[in-house]
Amino acid sequence: MNPFEYAHPQTENEAVALLGEHPGDSTILAAGMDLMPLLQQSVLETKRVVDITRVDSLRGIDTVDGGVTIGVLTTLEEIAYSPLLAEYPSLRDVVDGVRAIQVQQNGTLGGDLCHLPNCWYFRSGYGLLARDGGRSLPEVGDNRYHAVFGNSGPAKFVSASRFAPAFIAWGAQVRITGPEPDQEQWLPLDQFFVTPQTDRQGVTLLKPGQLLTHVWLPGAGQKLSATYEVLEMEGLDWPLTAAAATLDVDAGRVRRASIVLGHVAPTPWVSHPAADVLIGQTVTPETARLAGEAAVSEATPLSANAYKVRLAQTSVTRAILKATGQLEGGL
Amino acid sequence: MVELKVDWKPRDENTVFHHPIERIDGVEKASGFAKYSTDYAGLHTRLLTSPHAHAKITSIDLSPLKDVAGVKAAYVFPQRAPDGDTLFEINWEGTPIAAVAAETPAQAAQGAKAIKIEYEVLDHFVDEDDLEAAAARGLSKPGRRESVDGDPDAAIKNADVVHKGHYGIHSITHCCLEPHGSTCAWNGDDKLDVQLSTQNVSGTGGQFAGAPEIGIDAANVTVNCEYIGGGFGSKFAADEWGIACAALAKQAGRPVQLHLGRRAELGVAGSRPSGFADVTIAAKSDGTIVAWDSHHWGTNGIKGGTVSQVPYVIQPEHRRVRTTGIVTNTGPARAWRAPNHPQACALTCTVIDDLAAALGMDPLDVFLKNVGISTGSQLSNPAEVYQAEMETAAELMDWRGKWKGRGQWDDSGWKRGLGMALHTWGGRAGGGSCTIKVHPDGTVETFAGTQDIGTGTRTCIAQVVAETFGLPLSAVQVNIGSNKYPPSGPSGGSTTIGGVSGPHRRAAIDALGRIFDKVAAKYDVDAAQLSADGENVVAGGKTVCTWRQAAGLLGPMGLEVMGEGPKNDGLTSAGVGGVQMVDLSVDPETGRVRINKYVAVQDIGTIVNHQLAKSQVLGAMIQCIAYGLSEERIMDNASGRFINANLRDYKLPRIGDIGELVVEFYEPDEQYNKGVVGLGEPPVISGGAAIANAVANAIGVRVPVIPLTPKRILDALASA
Repeated sequence: MNPFEYAHPQTENEAVALLGEHPGDSTILAAGMDLMPLLQQSVLETKRVVDITRVDSLRGIDTVDGGVTIGVLTTLEEIAYSPLLAEYPSLRDVVDGVRAIQVQQNGTLGGDLCHLPNCWYFRSGYGLLARDGGRSLPEVGDNRYHAVFGNSGPAKFVSASRFAPAFIAWGAQVRITGPEPDQEQWLPLDQFFVTPQTDRQGVTLLKPGQLLTHVWLPGAGQKLSATYEVLEMEGLDWPLTAAAATLDVDAGRVRRASIVLGHVAPTPWVSHPAADVLIGQTVTPETARLAGEAAVSEATPLSANAYKVRLAQTSVTRAILKATGQLEGGL
Repeated sequence: MVELKVDWKPRDENTVFHHPIERIDGVEKASGFAKYSTDYAGLHTRLLTSPHAHAKITSIDLSPLKDVAGVKAAYVFPQRAPDGDTLFEINWEGTPIAAVAAETPAQAAQGAKAIKIEYEVLDHFVDEDDLEAAAARGLSKPGRRESVDGDPDAAIKNADVVHKGHYGIHSITHCCLEPHGSTCAWNGDDKLDVQLSTQNVSGTGGQFAGAPEIGIDAANVTVNCEYIGGGFGSKFAADEWGIACAALAKQAGRPVQLHLGRRAELGVAGSRPSGFADVTIAAKSDGTIVAWDSHHWGTNGIKGGTVSQVPYVIQPEHRRVRTTGIVTNTGPARAWRAPNHPQACALTCTVIDDLAAALGMDPLDVFLKNVGISTGSQLSNPAEVYQAEMETAAELMDWRGKWKGRGQWDDSGWKRGLGMALHTWGGRAGGGSCTIKVHPDGTVETFAGTQDIGTGTRTCIAQVVAETFGLPLSAVQVNIGSNKYPPSGPSGGSTTIGGVSGPHRRAAIDALGRIFDKVAAKYDVDAAQLSADGENVVAGGKTVCTWRQAAGLLGPMGLEVMGEGPKNDGLTSAGVGGVQMVDLSVDPETGRVRINKYVAVQDIGTIVNHQLAKSQVLGAMIQCIAYGLSEERIMDNASGRFINANLRDYKLPRIGDIGELVVEFYEPDEQYNKGVVGLGEPPVISGGAAIANAVANAIGVRVPVIPLTPKRILDALASA
């Protein structure tokens, strides 16, 4: 770990100003669940750590504009137990899947959405794109946990965010401030994630001096939702694949569907083919199965991760069945 | 002097020994009062290790260290620095090169980063399973064993059923939660105190003293290890990082703590070699195995050794066994709990399970039928013991009630399956000695340079001594964990419980005889008629004096006696077996495995403490679930790295992954009368094979290589 400055702003504007002073060399600290190991292992090096935990405006869950706004410092546990989010069960599913009480109590929404990839090459110091001497290590090396979609470019890792599929499937928007004081923009969450073409680009569109502050969810209405993660172990572990489904079902038939996969591509992966299969249909094990098949019809597995295509398909099928209360047998 | 017989009391006369007593140091361990080597403070250190799997070091420059604040000492490991044209060859990633000691962890890390090292990078090879690739690169070599018994070709040709298959079990590491390391402090220039995390308290002092960098008398080295957080066979030596710690402490003139970081702990502090095999097995239609023909290979790293002892337990009359070692740029192997046996068991019992499926038989019947076949070798247990254990395990599992052939389970969603396997082990008592002091007030102290790697050493010693003197456990103070105590052997190979219980029993009986002599002289009774019943010394049911009064007869100096072992006096023995059965479910859509019930039946001779013995078996079963389902050293061909050398990607089970564990000891009277045998290794051997067999039973397809991850299960299903 290199020496760094530690700053603890009280307001969003102070935070933005502090982040902008060392463009590209400042890091945001929330709970530090992942940042601390990254710094200790020198995977990340930074000149300044900006601790945002004293910025009160980044906390809390409120009803706004017919939906719900969640501050990025909101913990996983707060999301799971908030009455305002009771109609969004796909979020609770994510928190349940994390399993570790410490992470549920300390980990934050913002930390999850901005979580850096768990790619073992990145974590071994080879950079986001994991290149070594002109080779893409995930391409020629062990890619059992890498992407099966969106992997034709230099990025082969999978997006680490566990909340993103569920929030995107709900049509969430995010608020970004900076780099100028009081400057803000709202945009759909699925546009927040980017697939980097260089090691410096990062995995979100946050630019130096910008801060993710809030997530807004539209009203749940009567929509149904669920997240299904395939976890290798019962303890704290990252999903091999995941899928979130939000379904608008009217008179037994699906009017609108949003299916988003996680941990299969460098970004959360919206599956229009899966959603299209469901539109106008009654959700049954068979239509859910067909949606799962459609979701992976264009998968591009690497040399050693074809099994993840099967897992992605299963994730989609089971997320749909779970959302509609049809997932049985303790699966 | 009265001669008291050296043996264990009749089974039902024990009040402390052979009872399920809780650990006497359990509260210390659970509450954090127990001090481990990591609890002893010193300057902070950081190791600088090789990022390359295969390279030569062309230069090392420590000069930038002078500009790093807080750095107090630096150390370059032996031979790493170029010596003229002689360059040190690195043969695995993570090889320690230098170490820095500083006031803070961050300063030590900065120091390590400041050191400039240049490498000449060489080609690496890390693929443990790819025999062809290894041969093409000249990195395979014939193993030590190539043998033919009988006429395997003819036996296979004439057999009713022949099965062929490829099998494997990957390397794992020891993954001690307390990493390897020590805290070293010097007293003057020639006296060294080491708080060492070690399985070998009595044997490591000389390794420090004799290292060229240290060069002091062995008598001047104190090694302490009161508590240890895991060893599993990897902590017998001072290790080069231990010598580095002592050298840094000398240089800094301050205590230094050096423990491996997690990546180094996994990468260089020990691994269990892999094993892969192509096997042909043949049987008569009644299930009698007639022939075995195997070629197995694997790696223990740069030495290119491989596993042995295949086939395991069951030795068909006609056998051909060929081995090949593969030289890989992977971290060094060390003895991992029951060296060779988990691999040999996996490469044998999975094959027998597949043979049973080919025969259309219940594997329990095939194992029952063949367990007595030990052509040309000696079974450590009579076949009848194995058969009795199998029947016991089958009852506990309701195997007969549940059993269905492969793919014949009537279930949806999760697919259920049963699997079983057998194992054997020696467990003979290690060498050891002890001192027992009886104080004039009747209290007792024991001293032995042994250690507790999970056995419950303190508790077992206290039980043996308390039972002998007729005292409560609280009257016995047990001292272990220092090389200044009477030497004891290392804790490895299931040698500790016999290694400590024999000497302590002998010494206590000796002391008791001497005390009885004093009582006999004082009270004019026959020493041979005396016994100690807890509070009093009695003769023929009548109290002669109190225990305290008897001890008082020893005079103000009390009594001190030595005990030694092992001896052939029946207190200890060797040779055990066991059977494990697993009931699990597999989700065929995700490849996930859920353990429903897992039964272990084990014989271990005289059981000192059922609760601690059960604890050892439970720990072993959990390790079996780990290496059976998820735990694996993943070597990356592209980078040459142990790519999952961290606790995120090196996947270990948590409580939710364990399921119901059932432990049963096979202990008819002949087992109690057999003598004490070690238990550390045997229960960790057959679980991996039993799990693999249960998965095959559940999904109808053999997943050939352990661990059975979702990827391997789905890949096997996809190619079926």
